[in-house]
Amino acid sequence: MLPVLLIVFLLALAAPALVAWLDRRAFWVLALGPAAAAAYAAASTPRVLAGDPPVFSAPWVPGLELSIDLRLDTLAWLMLLVVGGVGALVLLYCSAYFKRGAYGTGRFAAVLTAFAGAMVGLVVADDLLLLFVFWELTTVFSYLLIGHYADRKASRRAAMQAIVVTTAGGLVMLVGLIVLGVSTGTWRVSEVVADPPTGAPAVVAAVCLLAGAATKSALIPFHFWLPAAMAAPTPVSAYLHAAAMVKAGVYLVARFAPALAEVPVWRWLVLLLGGGTLLLGGYRALRQHDLKLVLAFGTVSQLGLIVLLLGLGSRALALAGLALLGAHAMFKAALFLVVGAVDVATGTRDLRRLSGLWRTMPWTAAAGVAATASMIGLPPFAGYVAKEAALEGLWHDVTHGAGALEALALAALVVGSALTVAYGLRFVWGAFATKPVVPAQGREPVDVAGTTPLVSRRQPWLLVAPPMALAVLGLAVALVPSMGEHLLSPYADLYPAGDPGHLVLWGGLTPVLGITVAVLAAGAFLFVQRARVERWQDALWSPRGADVAYRRTMRRLDDLAADVTAGTQRGSLPVYLGIILAVLAVAPGLVIASGLLRGTTVDVAVVPWDRPAQLVVVAIVVCATVLAARARRRLKAVVLVGVAGYANAALFLLHGAPDLALTQVLTETVTIVVLVLVLRRMPPYFTDRPLAVSRWVRLALGVTTGLAMMGLTLAAPLARVATPISVDFPGEAVEFGGGKNIVNVTLVDIRAWDTVGEISVLLVAATGVASLVFLRQRGGEVLRLSRADDVTHPDTHTRSVWIAAGSTVSPERRSVMFEVVTRVIFHVMVLFALFLLFSGHNAPGGGFAAGLVVGIALAVRYLAGGRYELGEAMPVQPGILLGTGLFLSAGVGLVALLTGNEVLESFIHDIHLPVIGKVHLVTSLFFDIGVMLVVVGLVLDLLRTLGAEIDRQSPVPGSEREPEEQAAREVAR
Amino acid sequence: MTVLENTPSAVLVLAVGVLCGTGVYLLLERPLTRVLLGFVLIGNGVNLMLLVAGGRAGASPIVGNAPNDEPMSDPLAQAMILTSIVITLALTALVLAVAYRSWQLHGHDEVADDVEDRRVARQAALNAPAFEDADATETGETLDEEAAEVYDEVADDDPDGQTPGDAPTDTPGGAR
Repeated sequence: MLPVLLIVFLLALAAPALVAWLDRRAFWVLALGPAAAAAYAAASTPRVLAGDPPVFSAPWVPGLELSIDLRLDTLAWLMLLVVGGVGALVLLYCSAYFKRGAYGTGRFAAVLTAFAGAMVGLVVADDLLLLFVFWELTTVFSYLLIGHYADRKASRRAAMQAIVVTTAGGLVMLVGLIVLGVSTGTWRVSEVVADPPTGAPAVVAAVCLLAGAATKSALIPFHFWLPAAMAAPTPVSAYLHAAAMVKAGVYLVARFAPALAEVPVWRWLVLLLGGGTLLLGGYRALRQHDLKLVLAFGTVSQLGLIVLLLGLGSRALALAGLALLGAHAMFKAALFLVVGAVDVATGTRDLRRLSGLWRTMPWTAAAGVAATASMIGLPPFAGYVAKEAALEGLWHDVTHGAGALEALALAALVVGSALTVAYGLRFVWGAFATKPVVPAQGREPVDVAGTTPLVSRRQPWLLVAPPMALAVLGLAVALVPSMGEHLLSPYADLYPAGDPGHLVLWGGLTPVLGITVAVLAAGAFLFVQRARVERWQDALWSPRGADVAYRRTMRRLDDLAADVTAGTQRGSLPVYLGIILAVLAVAPGLVIASGLLRGTTVDVAVVPWDRPAQLVVVAIVVCATVLAARARRRLKAVVLVGVAGYANAALFLLHGAPDLALTQVLTETVTIVVLVLVLRRMPPYFTDRPLAVSRWVRLALGVTTGLAMMGLTLAAPLARVATPISVDFPGEAVEFGGGKNIVNVTLVDIRAWDTVGEISVLLVAATGVASLVFLRQRGGEVLRLSRADDVTHPDTHTRSVWIAAGSTVSPERRSVMFEVVTRVIFHVMVLFALFLLFSGHNAPGGGFAAGLVVGIALAVRYLAGGRYELGEAMPVQPGILLGTGLFLSAGVGLVALLTGNEVLESFIHDIHLPVIGKVHLVTSLFFDIGVMLVVVGLVLDLLRTLGAEIDRQSPVPGSEREPEEQAAREVAR
Repeated sequence: MTVLENTPSAVLVLAVGVLCGTGVYLLLERPLTRVLLGFVLIGNGVNLMLLVAGGRAGASPIVGNAPNDEPMSDPLAQAMILTSIVITLALTALVLAVAYRSWQLHGHDEVADDVEDRRVARQAALNAPAFEDADATETGETLDEEAAEVYDEVADDDPDGQTPGDAPTDTPGGAR
């Protein structure tokens, strides 16, 4: 079974390529997929009959109880034949239906084939959740197929409507499936059906499953999506909306009816949904003018009937229902294909404009008539056999003392069948009969007079053969009803109640035969009186109720969404931040405050300080931050925040965290450089906002948040009562990480995944900065001295003695002292960085610190010599550094997989080199080098964008005079 | 490594409170530069808080560096803080770039209210749709009228060699 499923999906994947290669003939190849499924079902017939269904089982997601359990019992066998057989015929039909190179044929072919695969999976799935997965797949593919002509509003709307309705039902069904699985303790469909739940779970499951079936099979009140879905291409209508997808709901009912039909709510719901749909669909089909709409409402009606028969829960009706399911697939698919052929030949589906086709399209007409005969239940067609069995079963029940339920069902069946006869005759008459032609309203009149048919093109045989095959099949199976009974009765025997039914062509002169004759007569009468019936319907009832209700619901939903959005999205950053912070201060803050004050959570204990020097440093922090908050001048605020940052570094050092202190000092330096680079372009003062009230609010929130954070800081360490995991770190760091600096080993080995995530963030941030400033491309060009043509004052008087690009800076901005210092310290800093990198495993340092030192060295070069100096100092794109770094860190970590270790696991190796001697090599060194490269890339990116590129975009007046600027000044004078 | 005593020290708690409080005060302002400085301060405060949560001060967490009797400070908290410090740098740079861009475009770096959000709120107050939803509109077209608009791209190149021009193009289903 699994190979069949895979073949269909693989064909779907290959479909776009096949269509590109073979154009529409690709459908011939694709038809092999569903054909294989049908052939498999046919080949498995003996096993299915023998009660030894083929099964397949493989685990998929054990944690979710999701496994690939497949099982081919009688019901699945019939559905597989229908889905595969009709699917193959429809795909063949497609190869002649669409014109060559039609819009989106590749996608269409792929989706239609994939849909067939999903349908195959759905009917053979024996796992509750796998069933749901395929169910939703059919929904999604159906959405894509209905919306095939995505440029048309009607298509889009119909597709959206279908997916909203069916997905909503599908989710409800999922609840039902889970209730079934949990209450029975097994997730196998066959086991659930064999041992169904009772009581409340059964009721909930019954209602939920019927909701799913009702939306999928277009039962009232969800029937409206199916006629709208006729916006899909006609082959799709034939397959999805007659034979396959809408049968999924029917299949669900058929699958679970043996288990749940005893639940009273199930039977009444089935009567309500099935019977109501049967009548409503038939009633509305009577006044449609579009042939597809006649069939669509007919389908709605028939689906209601099948659900009614399968769901009522007696064996005789189940047998009749299953027979009708097969018969319906054959005749309704054939009828849709006939409509498609008529559409191709004449260019219209409006029955008021078609005339005389029985003469010009005799074969198509013959197929249509045969299929209609089956639909309205004329002997000797399959539809007749099934409907006779249904009437017989219900009549037997009613006359043998069954309740009101069966009587109502019988009444619905009789009236519905009469309506079916009426619209069936209307279809045949409308499509093929010779009759006066009415020009369409609002369009230019048809240029063909009277009874002249519109046919102007010959019929390709592929548009005739598939419907003909289906129609003939509908006749053939009916001629051997006992074989059908033999094949299908194993399914009916699953039902607990009722006498077994029979499928016969001639049951003798019984009251049931009388009913059949009466039904046919009533239907014929309705058809003859069609004009009166139409007028009567027009006067009686505007029939768009459910559709309008759906749209109003969607409208309300939109309104609600807009109100919620308006209520929550105020569009003001301070409001958002304020709400977040207020929640932080109030919610955990209150808990902590009460806990601390009452001493219920932890005993508050505090020492004044760990080391006396902390007191001094904290005093600096407090002064600097308060002054920074009050500062009105940008630069002042930045410097004060920097002071607080350096003081923080001192606190780290005092606490026993030299790595942190080192990194903090270096980042603080880079931060200040970058801030100053940007702020030199901005106004020196913050804009004044004399809003006293808001300032008090901010102050209050600030104080509250500060207090809440203090409470957290007090409570957090005291709440640590278990032995921390880090007590094992020293031993592990030496043994597995091969290093003595525990913080560094933690970063590159013990918690290396965190670091990979972090450097990815750095890469993203660097890219973000570059794209915000460069705007057009990732990094611009590397500014080398040899191409310094935008500098207009080639400084001919001084030579570049100390730094490379000194002559590109205007003389009044140059400082010999700075250049000398730069010359002296740059290489020293780079060497120091390398020292930090290599010693970082055992002493303070590591990749972050090393990268930051290199970054600061570059910043010094840039500040001394401008943007060309930066290009000379590091003549590579930062993107290359970032990418290489990430690759070294994450990519080298993958190498460990090859040696059978965990990803990012370190590898210690002692190498003996000549001259140097023994080298203690740990693979995490490469990780650290990667980290360093990423940090260097980040800083280089910042200098190039916030420094060099901003220089280029808006040079500081008086420093680098651009020619245009000079010219402008000349003009101004 | 012996387990550290956890009792927090008051001066550090005070530093956390001041850093976070002033940070929040700045964060709620409009100029992006001040927002950014506020964020940097909060970042420093939270880093200190993590440090305090790691336990009291101790020897630096380098094996063999500390005297045997002195407990080591907690390396796990420090590794996390180190990560946080570097990420704060990246975030600072990004917000600065945004501030610069805002200054370039608008001549100031203040965070204005979102115009689109305000529009949605106004429309909602009027109960008017803020966007068009074809799924929810009632067109008044009947199903029949809609169905008449539906046509498929069907075969117009059959074997008898007729060109598409011969097709009944004046009909609704004709090749368009």
